[in-house]
Amino acid sequence: MRRVYLDSNATTPVRPEVVAAMMSVLTEHFGNPSSIHWFGQHAKSMIDDARQHVARLINAEVSEIVFTSGGTEADNFAIRGIAESQKAKGRHIITSKIEHHAVLHTCQDLEKQGYEVTWIPVSRDGVVDASSVRRALRPDTILITIMHANNEIGTVQPIEEIGRIAEEADVYFHSDGVQSTGKIQVDVRKLKVDLYSISSHKIHGPKGAGALFVRKGTILKPLLTGGGHERNRRSGTENVAGIIGFGQAAKMARESLTSDMARVAELRDLLETALKSRIEFIQVNGENAPRLPNTTNIMVDYAEGEGLVISLDLKGVAVSTGSACSSGSMEPSHVLTAIGKTPDEAHGSLRLSLSALTTREDVEYVIEVLPGIVERLRDLSPYYKKV
Amino acid sequence: MAYSEKLLDYFQNPRCVGEIPEADAVAEVSNPVCGDVMKLWVKVDGGHIQDAKFKAQGCSAAIATSSFATEMLVGMEIERARLITKEEIAEALGGLPASKIHCSVLATDAIKQVLREFQPR
Ligand SMILES: Cc1ncc(COP(=O)(O)O)c(C=O)c1O
Ligand code: FES
Repeated sequence: MRRVYLDSNATTPVRPEVVAAMMSVLTEHFGNPSSIHWFGQHAKSMIDDARQHVARLINAEVSEIVFTSGGTEADNFAIRGIAESQKAKGRHIITSKIEHHAVLHTCQDLEKQGYEVTWIPVSRDGVVDASSVRRALRPDTILITIMHANNEIGTVQPIEEIGRIAEEADVYFHSDGVQSTGKIQVDVRKLKVDLYSISSHKIHGPKGAGALFVRKGTILKPLLTGGGHERNRRSGTENVAGIIGFGQAAKMARESLTSDMARVAELRDLLETALKSRIEFIQVNGENAPRLPNTTNIMVDYAEGEGLVISLDLKGVAVSTGSACSSGSMEPSHVLTAIGKTPDEAHGSLRLSLSALTTREDVEYVIEVLPGIVERLRDLSPYYKKV
Repeated sequence: MAYSEKLLDYFQNPRCVGEIPEADAVAEVSNPVCGDVMKLWVKVDGGHIQDAKFKAQGCSAAIATSSFATEMLVGMEIERARLITKEEIAEALGGLPASKIHCSVLATDAIKQVLREFQPR
């Protein structure tokens, strides 16, 4: 059966060049980067190279990149690290209602520990209004954490504007850049973020590797203490193979970002236009907002998302409803709820996310099979009347 | 795939889909959490269910269990139909993942509601 993968916001296939880079670590260059002998020093120099590739991708200094086990750890490190280091100054945190669970549940956990969190709403198109962040500021605010691009609907938040507000107020600013990195240009200097999370497996690298950009001078309490790795910010013997793969993926993402994403945007637009013309009663969530070039989230009336996902899967097409981690739960997505969708509407939503490796044939295949699937499910619905 | 072949078959090729214009009873139920709906039509003859049809807007498990349960009803004694449980349906379809057990409740709720119209004599 033909297999088409349009679930790149969940994870991406690992590029062959990344696999090759990792293989050399797993076989020859197995040394512990902390060891002073050749094996160790070679591994260390490979990590230094990877750090440079990751730093360049977001215009950071090499010393500002802390490798982590992924996006979730980077988010936890940023938020808990500031909460802990700044608690003498205050206990108020500002975030949005559409954050990934890694931020959402971390902030909820801090609420239980006595921190106060302001949850900024978003527009019907899924965008935070920067001025509402300004209005939420208090003398005891210690952190603003707002994601750069949303994983479910792909909307891009006004990070640069919020960055200016944070700088004026002298409040630490973290942004979850897991979905934006590798898909749009990211420049941490321009964005004026102090902390920025990245994950390797969303940019064709391996799972279990990621990084937190920590602006020079930022005081952050480590999550992991031990041998003092990563300049005392994150102890533990490095996941060398993962980091090397991540570095290679970052290098490739940077080299071809502009051309890859122009092509991806064209395919995404082709997909959206074709589906809108071939299927009645569908809407694109976040359509009028600035969006990632690779993501489309469509709401299909008179059909249910999980039924669509399973039907597509049986035709070899992988997509998702809401975010991958909440599939299997029947609660409507908090992101779709935040943009004003009813639980019913939210349950009829479908996320299709492309990557640099998506082909025109992939998209054309989905355009060919999806209308029939929707039609079949609608014919089963007691509410759908053919016009 | 988290579902059995049989369940997928009932999802892909649901039996007993449709409406019965001259139905003796109709029930419409929905799951308050996920919003999925099932509508069930039955025609009875003496103590038996002569015909049953359904429509559903829901996940694959909801559609498959609704279809399977409706098919079970056809020809069944009303008193036996009252005894149908969600476990019976789920087991017959090769079991459901834990998070999907509630989907089969849609069918048993619809059966309960539609049979409410026929008091035991
Ligand atoms: C916006 C966002 N933040 C964080 C994460 C978590 O990253 P990881 O899977 O590397 O822990 C994800 C991935 O699902 C994401 O989409
Ligand atoms: S998710 Fe609602 S019935 Fe299955």
